[in-house]
Amino acid sequence: MASKPRVRVPKKAKAGEIITIKSLISHKMETGQRKDKKSGEKIPRKIINKFVCTFNGKVVFSADWHPAVSANPYMSFSYKVMESGEFEFTWTDDDGKTVSKKAKIMVS
Amino acid sequence: MKRKALVLAGVGAAALAVPSVMTFAAEDFGKYQVGDTRSGYTFAKVETRAIQDDDFENPGMLWVEHGEEVWETVDGKAGKSCKSCHADASDTMKNVGSTYPVFAKDIGKLENVENRINRCRTDNMKAKPWKYDSRDMLGVVSYVKRQSFGQPMNVKIDGGAASWFKKGEEFYNQRRGQLDMACKHCHVDNAGNMIRANTLSQGQGNGFPTYRLKWQKPGSLHRRFRGCNKQVRAKPYKTGTDEYLALELYVMWRGQGLPVETPAVRN
Repeated sequence: MASKPRVRVPKKAKAGEIITIKSLISHKMETGQRKDKKSGEKIPRKIINKFVCTFNGKVVFSADWHPAVSANPYMSFSYKVMESGEFEFTWTDDDGKTVSKKAKIMVS
Repeated sequence: MKRKALVLAGVGAAALAVPSVMTFAAEDFGKYQVGDTRSGYTFAKVETRAIQDDDFENPGMLWVEHGEEVWETVDGKAGKSCKSCHADASDTMKNVGSTYPVFAKDIGKLENVENRINRCRTDNMKAKPWKYDSRDMLGVVSYVKRQSFGQPMNVKIDGGAASWFKKGEEFYNQRRGQLDMACKHCHVDNAGNMIRANTLSQGQGNGFPTYRLKWQKPGSLHRRFRGCNKQVRAKPYKTGTDEYLALELYVMWRGQGLPVETPAVRN
């Protein structure tokens, strides 16, 4: 269900600068609490339960998501960059599938 | 009891007297207000506005991007995509969002973007029409209307559209449903007042398809009409029907001059 994610990382930054990173992904985030209106059966839960951001292979931010997180989850956080490198963002679905996206930053 | 009532009344009066009148007069909504016509943006909370203002954060943009992909995807027996005929949407679709619905002479009917797309699909692409509020439909409509972003609404209500406009106006002022309410009772007489926990807007259509936080996805103006009709306990019409097309024209005309905001974000 998860489709192409969007991330925004500044292309350049100064060493020691605190940057804001934004991410958005399209996902239904089915809570597992809703019932099918016609059959009355529960719609099984299907959410993104984990969001991880690594920088040069090291985890810098991670979050466990729960059913109350809205559809199309948006996540923004700050990070103090010291060196050039690459961020990798990974979203993990309930069924184990992952979607990831990379973004590079030049630090001077 | 008596004392409590008095205190409450005092608080109520103070709250009414100070902020509501002043903020209404003082706040400058810029392009979101033309004369007395105010976009739903001006009734939305600051947090909601912030989501709309940032193209990155605006989840409606996910549908615009999806629409852009679909625009370039070949579908149907004719082996065409939207792009095959219409080329670059930023050029060919740039006035669509601000001028639709229009009276289409070839079918002798008023037509909105959704119905126009489905006519294109069945007649020219030989493809299956989309469901009205499907992901592909919302995507392409959002993408097409986005090309008019910021342009002032300017729908035509003369010529063939005149009779539709009249019907739309009648619909707008016609009481309906168990609650016996017309559109105008909320959106003209009570715009800016609270309806339970929500602020009533003027019911403008310039931001559709609008990403509604309640829906957790964008929805068409006709879906919104259905919701309103249900709330006054009337039987809603189907999306894309003549009744709602006429109403769409009237509603868009009410917002004449407001900028196209697609995809707007509302609560």
